Amino acid sequence: MLAPLTSAQSSQTPVITFAPEQCCLSINQFHLAYAGKPALRDLTLDVPRHRVTAFIGPSGCGKSTLLRAINRLHDLNESVSHRGYIALEGQDIHAPQMNVTELRRRVGMVFQTPNPFPMSIYENVAFGLRLQRRLPKRKRDDIIEWALTSAALWDEVKDRLHRSAWQLSGGQQQRLVIARTLAVQPDVLLLDEPASALDPISTLKIEELIRNLKSQLTLVLVTHNMQQAARVSDYTAFLQNGELVEFGLTDQVFTNPRLQRTENYITGRMT
Amino acid sequence: MKPLSEQSKRRVNWLNDGLWPWLCAACVALSLLMLAALLTLLATRGLGHFWPATLEEVTLTSGDIVIGQPVRETPLPLNAGMERLYFTGNRDINGANWRWIAVDDISAQTTPNDLIRLERTPWGDFIGRLVAVESDGQRLTGQAAWDYITTALAQPASQQGSSDLLLITADGHALRQPLSNVSHFQAPNAMSWGQKVTAWGQNVWRFLSEGPRAANTGGGVWPAIFGTVLMVILMSVIVTPFGVLAAIYLNEIAHQNRLTHLVRIGVRNLAGVPSIVYGVFGLGVFVYGIGGSIDNWFFSDELPSPTFGTGGLLWASLTLALLTLPVVIVATEEGLARIPDAQREGAVALGATRLEMLTRVVLPMATPAMLTGVILAVARAAGEVAPLMLVGVAKLAPQMPLDGEFPYLHLERKFMHLGYHLFDTAFHGEDVQAAIPLVYATALLLVLIVLVLNLTAIFLRHYLRRQRGNEC
Repeated sequence: MLAPLTSAQSSQTPVITFAPEQCCLSINQFHLAYAGKPALRDLTLDVPRHRVTAFIGPSGCGKSTLLRAINRLHDLNESVSHRGYIALEGQDIHAPQMNVTELRRRVGMVFQTPNPFPMSIYENVAFGLRLQRRLPKRKRDDIIEWALTSAALWDEVKDRLHRSAWQLSGGQQQRLVIARTLAVQPDVLLLDEPASALDPISTLKIEELIRNLKSQLTLVLVTHNMQQAARVSDYTAFLQNGELVEFGLTDQVFTNPRLQRTENYITGRMT
Repeated sequence: MKPLSEQSKRRVNWLNDGLWPWLCAACVALSLLMLAALLTLLATRGLGHFWPATLEEVTLTSGDIVIGQPVRETPLPLNAGMERLYFTGNRDINGANWRWIAVDDISAQTTPNDLIRLERTPWGDFIGRLVAVESDGQRLTGQAAWDYITTALAQPASQQGSSDLLLITADGHALRQPLSNVSHFQAPNAMSWGQKVTAWGQNVWRFLSEGPRAANTGGGVWPAIFGTVLMVILMSVIVTPFGVLAAIYLNEIAHQNRLTHLVRIGVRNLAGVPSIVYGVFGLGVFVYGIGGSIDNWFFSDELPSPTFGTGGLLWASLTLALLTLPVVIVATEEGLARIPDAQREGAVALGATRLEMLTRVVLPMATPAMLTGVILAVARAAGEVAPLMLVGVAKLAPQMPLDGEFPYLHLERKFMHLGYHLFDTAFHGEDVQAAIPLVYATALLLVLIVLVLNLTAIFLRHYLRRQRGNEC
């Protein structure tokens, strides 16, 4: 487990920072508003590399908003305004020289409901690859097999790669979406409640997948499920009303939270 | 909360319990019944016309003999029995093709096998008997004459040689008829059932493949079929990209504010504008405005006779494209709106640009909806008559809009259209009785063409869905 360099003791500044070589995403004084209504307030947070970081918090606390900000998906919505700083591997993602499509390739995103495209399983995984450059078919096939294997789906679909992706079950579809994201070899994988629409067995498979993937990339997980956060994440950030309330090692946040607010939420006493 | 026993004793509400599904079912049944009745009427009246009907030889109480095809009966006024309409042909001799005969006046009625029916070019049908054929001085009678006519008519007109038919009518009027003027020869009473079916098929084929004769009250409708289909295809080619791009702008690109909302309401309301208004617009803007300018710039040596400055295929297609544009926009927009945002975000999150997202994910998913829009547009355009009367349809177009002459597709030419042909046959023909069955047949054909065009698009849509799996 990575040791935080500094752990602020003050309850007002719940900031852990990591050494630059350990820090993948660095969010600094980030502020975001929907049509003038603030959704994130001066958020400061570091996400460590090759770890699973969970964002928890009540509905509307801004955790999904933050996740989408990292991918710059808010660019699609004109009514969103932001200020502050998000850096991926030290580069400001809002910098003018930052290529948004390249950023989105490096920061993959998996959504709450599985959203495979209306094409074959093969084409779904090849979608991101085809956007970038022409690959020889052999190479592409290899990457697709690797991505599907990484997403623990290869054995289930290898005989029907050219069948419609919409014929898969919900859990398989979600793993396919993860494979599709992995195929473009991202540095970060953002997961927005990836298992909330799935049955318990599919959920367990996704969680196992998340644990296995952290050797390859950095994962950020938004979840409503406390047990899930406790099971799979290394670090946990608790957000409320667009503010970061507490951030720390998952064990510490769940067993010995520094703030009463965090404890109330985790133990379900929150109103 | 009442006790359960009291609830179950609630008064039976006949409307609530059981009747309303029947009411809905009755509405469906009534619609289906009306549709079936319409199609049956069109099919029996329209297709029955081509059946080689039996010819009757009728002796009247006055001693007159009439040969003709009985068509229908109507009651005479003052309970004076029934009156029967006979198609007697021989307009050159009798001055009329039709004769009403009171049923009570008929003393004898037979169907001899030697009665024949000829289709001739100047005077319409002849009904009577064949006496002999004179060919190059030879005189053929009996079976030899029949065989001669059958083989001669099967050959092209140039090789038929000069031969004359000697004919006699029911009242003993003799007639010499050059064979070159005869287009069809039939002895329906002598035909077997199989021969009648073959003749019926040939008649239907001639209706579909030949041009009109006798001021649209005879002959076929091929130019009208061709004109209708060509115009609808041209219209689809124009309206589909326009409508789809407009819908993409409205749904995917424009900011969703009050203005887009107003535009959307406007587009929806355009679909309700009466079609003749589009005709007026097309006449004013396309024909006189744009067409007149084109004539001034490029065809000034032909003036004052207009080239593009008069109704034609291009202007008609454009007008109908304008008419059906709202349909395509609305259908496409609904298809685009049904696509979940998760699909768009999924594509964008993989590093797709907005254009790539649109072309690779959104548009393929919206294709069935677009095709639905085109289907509706085609169905509407194929049946539309009113605007076409102003912008380019003709009662009888001398040339087809597509031929072997450069530039092959003649966009400025007037064309024939089945809907207008129907209207013209029904209301502007001289021979109303002859027009009636043709009206039914043309109407049936129009319905069938719309059906075929729709089915093509539906199968295309189905195929596209199958290709992508079982979605949408």
